[in-house]
Amino acid sequence: MINFSVNGKQQQVDVDPNMPLLWVLRDSLGLTGSKFGCGMAQCGACTVHIDGQPVRSCVMPISAVAGKQVTTIEGLSNTGDHPVQKAWIEHNVPQCGYCQSGQIMSAVALLSQNEAPSDEDIDNYMQGNICRCGTYPRIKAAIKSVAKGADLAKNVGDDA
Amino acid sequence: MSHKIENVSRRQFLKVSGVGASSFVLASSLGSFAPVWAQQNQNDVELNLFVSIHADNKVDIICHRSEMGQGVRTSIPQVVAEELCAKWDLVSVVQGQANKEYGSQNTDGSRSIRRFYTTLRQMGASARAMLEQAAADLWKVDVNSVYAEQSYVHHKDSNRKVSFGYIAEAAGKLSPPNPDSLTFKSKKDFKLIGKPVTGIDSTEIVSGQAEFGQDIRLQSMVYASIERAKVLGAKVTSYDADAAKSVKGVIDTFKMPEQPMPVVFHPMNGVAVIANNTWSALQGRKALNIDWELGDNSQHNTQEYIADLKANIVNKGNPIRVEGDVYSDLDQATDTHSATYSVPYLSQAPMEPSAATAVVKDGKCEIWACTQSPQVTQQNVAQALGIEPENVTVNVTFLGGAFGRKAKPDFSIEAALLAKQLKRPVKVVWSREDDIQQGFYHAVSVLHVAAAMDAKKQVTSWLQRTAFPSISWTFTGTVDEPQTGELSLGFGDVPFNIQNLSCETHKATGHIRIGWMRSVSNIQHSFAIGSFVDELASKAGISTHKMWHQLLGEDRLLNPKTDDFDYQNYGEPLEVFPVDIKRIKKALDLVVEKSGANQPTQENEGWGICVHRSFVSYCAVATKVKVVDNKVTVLEVHSAIDAGTVVNPDRVRSQQEGSMIFGLSLALLGEISVKDGAVEQSNFHDYQVLRMHQCPKIETYIIESDAPPGGVGEPGTPPVAPSLANAIYHASGKRIRDLPIKNHMAV
Repeated sequence: MINFSVNGKQQQVDVDPNMPLLWVLRDSLGLTGSKFGCGMAQCGACTVHIDGQPVRSCVMPISAVAGKQVTTIEGLSNTGDHPVQKAWIEHNVPQCGYCQSGQIMSAVALLSQNEAPSDEDIDNYMQGNICRCGTYPRIKAAIKSVAKGADLAKNVGDDA
Repeated sequence: MSHKIENVSRRQFLKVSGVGASSFVLASSLGSFAPVWAQQNQNDVELNLFVSIHADNKVDIICHRSEMGQGVRTSIPQVVAEELCAKWDLVSVVQGQANKEYGSQNTDGSRSIRRFYTTLRQMGASARAMLEQAAADLWKVDVNSVYAEQSYVHHKDSNRKVSFGYIAEAAGKLSPPNPDSLTFKSKKDFKLIGKPVTGIDSTEIVSGQAEFGQDIRLQSMVYASIERAKVLGAKVTSYDADAAKSVKGVIDTFKMPEQPMPVVFHPMNGVAVIANNTWSALQGRKALNIDWELGDNSQHNTQEYIADLKANIVNKGNPIRVEGDVYSDLDQATDTHSATYSVPYLSQAPMEPSAATAVVKDGKCEIWACTQSPQVTQQNVAQALGIEPENVTVNVTFLGGAFGRKAKPDFSIEAALLAKQLKRPVKVVWSREDDIQQGFYHAVSVLHVAAAMDAKKQVTSWLQRTAFPSISWTFTGTVDEPQTGELSLGFGDVPFNIQNLSCETHKATGHIRIGWMRSVSNIQHSFAIGSFVDELASKAGISTHKMWHQLLGEDRLLNPKTDDFDYQNYGEPLEVFPVDIKRIKKALDLVVEKSGANQPTQENEGWGICVHRSFVSYCAVATKVKVVDNKVTVLEVHSAIDAGTVVNPDRVRSQQEGSMIFGLSLALLGEISVKDGAVEQSNFHDYQVLRMHQCPKIETYIIESDAPPGGVGEPGTPPVAPSLANAIYHASGKRIRDLPIKNHMAV
C-alpha cells in the first residue's frame, strides 16, 4: 500500500511499486488530464507537481511518491480559472490540446520560481514540453502575459 | 462543466432533443428534410448537419468532422450560427457519430470548410427561415417584415421580438424551405464568419477535462498493449505467454489474427497483452519473447534503397506531362544545371499515440476512438467482426493531433477484435514506440530536376522526375510507381510557363506501410522544385524572387491536365478552384515585401523563399537563418497564405504557425530510417521534433480574398523545407539536397 495525496485528497493504492505515477493517476484514480506521450520523460505531456516541483510522472515510480503531495492539472483550479489557464484561453493557445496539461503545469512551475522570466528563461524551462501542433509562440506569449502583472505572479506562486 | 465530446447519432439526437421537456426541436424537421439536402458529389452523399434549439434558447450544432487541432469544432458552428443568426454564447457543439447521412466524414485533405461551407450556410439559413416564418405566423404579419438577430426574431414595424427558443417548436412544424429560396447574409453583415472566435473547447482543454482516445474509461474495461511485427509481414512463430502472464496485473495474452496482404488497414501481426492497467500491459510485452519469421521485407534498408533510386532517377522516366522537347533543348544548350534531392520516410508523431476502446456484445460493436475517419472505422470494424456496418457505432473523441496517422482505422479494428475475444470492454493503447515503429509513413522519395538557360539567362527547359513508394502500394501490394493522386500534389501541376517541360516518374516499391502525412507528396515536390528555383537563380545571377516570376510567367489560369495526367485538383473543379498564377505571385510578393527577404543581411545570415499551391490554397514562406561553425539557427519564418474566404482568421493564423513548425521539424530533424526491414527510431529522443528553444520568430500574413474557402491545415507545410534549405545556402554557401538538415550541420 502506498499513501500519498493528489490535489489535496489522500489516496491509497496497491500497485507494483515500480508503476509510474502517470498510470496510477490515469488508470487507478481516473485522473486522465495528465497525458501519456512518450513514457520516457521526453515530451512533458505527463507533467505534474510533486511538493510544488514539476515532475514527469511517466518515469516517476509510485514508490517514490509515498507521503508526498501531487498536484495535477485537475487540481490547478476549480473551474479552469488559474491565471495561467486564463492566459492560455486569452491567447487561444490550444490546437489539439493534448500536450497543454503538461505545458500549463510546467509554465505554472516556471512562474512560481521566476516571476518575470526572459525569453531565454522560458525557452530553457519549457523545452522539455513538446507540442507537435506548434503552439510554442502562443505559449511563450501567454507565459509573458501572466509574468507581466505582479499581482498575477503572486497568485501563481500561491497556487503552485 | 462538460467533460467530454458529446457524441450522438441522429436518432439519439432527435430523441434527446425531442419535443416536450425543456428542449424543442427544430432538429426533427431538419432531420426529415435530409433528402432535400442530400447532394451527390463524386458518388458520395454530401451532408447533413442538424440544428437543435432548446426552449431556453440554447442552440446545439452538430460537428460531423474530427477535431485534431485545426479548430473544426469551432469553425463549423461558426458558419451555421452565422446564417442562423444565433448568439454565439448560446451555441454548443455536438459531435456526430459515424453516419453516412453526414456525407464524407474523412477529416483529411484540408477540406472540412472547403467542402461544407455552402452546405453549412444552407443549414443555418434554412433554420433561420423557418424561425422567421414561425414568428411571422405568430404575429400574423408578412414574413418580409421580420428578421432574425442574436437568437431573436424581430418585427421591423413594432419593436416586438421573440426568442428562437420560444418560437422553435412552431418552426419545427413548418415545411422546410426550398433550398433555392434561401437567402444568405452578405459579408458586411457577418458577425462570426471571418472573426477570430476563441476555440470552443478551450476551457475543457486547459483544465485537463477534454477526453481524448487515450482517456476513455469504461466499466470493467481492460487494457491491451500489442507487441507488433518490427518488419512488415513478419509472422509470430512462438512466444512465452506464461512469462507475460506472470507479470503483476496481466490477465491474458492473445495472438492477433494473421495479417492478410496487401496491407490496407489490417492490424499488423503480433501478440496482445491484456492487463488491468496500461503499465502492466506494457511490462507484459517485454516478457513475451516472441520468435518471428521475418519474411522478404527484412531485406529493406533505406540507405541502399535511396542509393538505388538515385542511380535510376538520372535516367529518362515515364512522362506524364510534356510540352515542347526538353531533351533536344538540354542537348543543345550550353548553360544547363541539374540536381538530385531526397526526403526520407517521416512519421506523423501526433502527441497522442493512437488509442481505441471497443465493446462487442450481442452482435453489435461500439467504438470510442481518436479517429479522423469514423465511417471508414465503422466499415472496417464491421468487416473484421463479420457484422453489418449499421451494427457498429463509432464515437469520435478529441484527437491529440493526427496529421494523417489517425485516418487509418487499424487501432480500432484491434480493439474490436480483442473485445470480441475477451467479451469485455478493451482499450488498446499504442505507445510512442509503437507509433514511431509501426506507423503508416510518409514515403521516402528521390527527385531529379534539370534545366537549360539561353544566353539571356531565360529558362528554356525544365525537366523533373519523382520516385517514391506509392500510398496505393499500401492498398494493392502491386503498384510500384507514383500515382495520379500523388502526382497531383505539386508535381504534375508545376505552374511554370516554359517552352520545354517534362514531368516524369520512376518506379519504387513499398516495404513498410505508406500513408498520408500533413500535405503528403507536396512535401518532396515543393522541396525539390523550390530548391531548384533557388539554384537556378544563383546560376543566373538574379534574385530567387525574380526567378520565380520568370518561371511563373504571365498571369493566367493553368490547366495541367494531359492525356497521361488526369490532374485531380484536390477533388475540386478547376472552374471554381483554378490554378491561378496571379495568386501564386501575390502570395510570394507579399511575403517578400513583409519579411524584407530581399534586403541585405548580416554576415553568416541569409534568407530563403518558396511559394507553393496546395489544397487549392496558396502559401509563400520566407525564412531567415544564421549559420556559424556549421550550426544553423532559424531566426525568422514569415508566411503569407491565400486560402480564399477565411472563417476563423485566428485559427488560420495558428494553423500557419503550426505548419511552419511542422515544416521546420521535418526539414531540420525528421528522419525515419529502416535497417533490415525495421524502423531504427523509437521515441522523441531519436525521432526529434522541434522544441521551444528551436522555434524562431513567426509572422503570418493572411491575404484577404472573396474566393471560395480553400484548404488551411496543410498548405503551409510544403514551402518551409525549401525556404529553409535556400536560406542556409545564402547564409553559408552550403546547398543541402538531402533532408534532414541535421545530417549535414548542427541544428
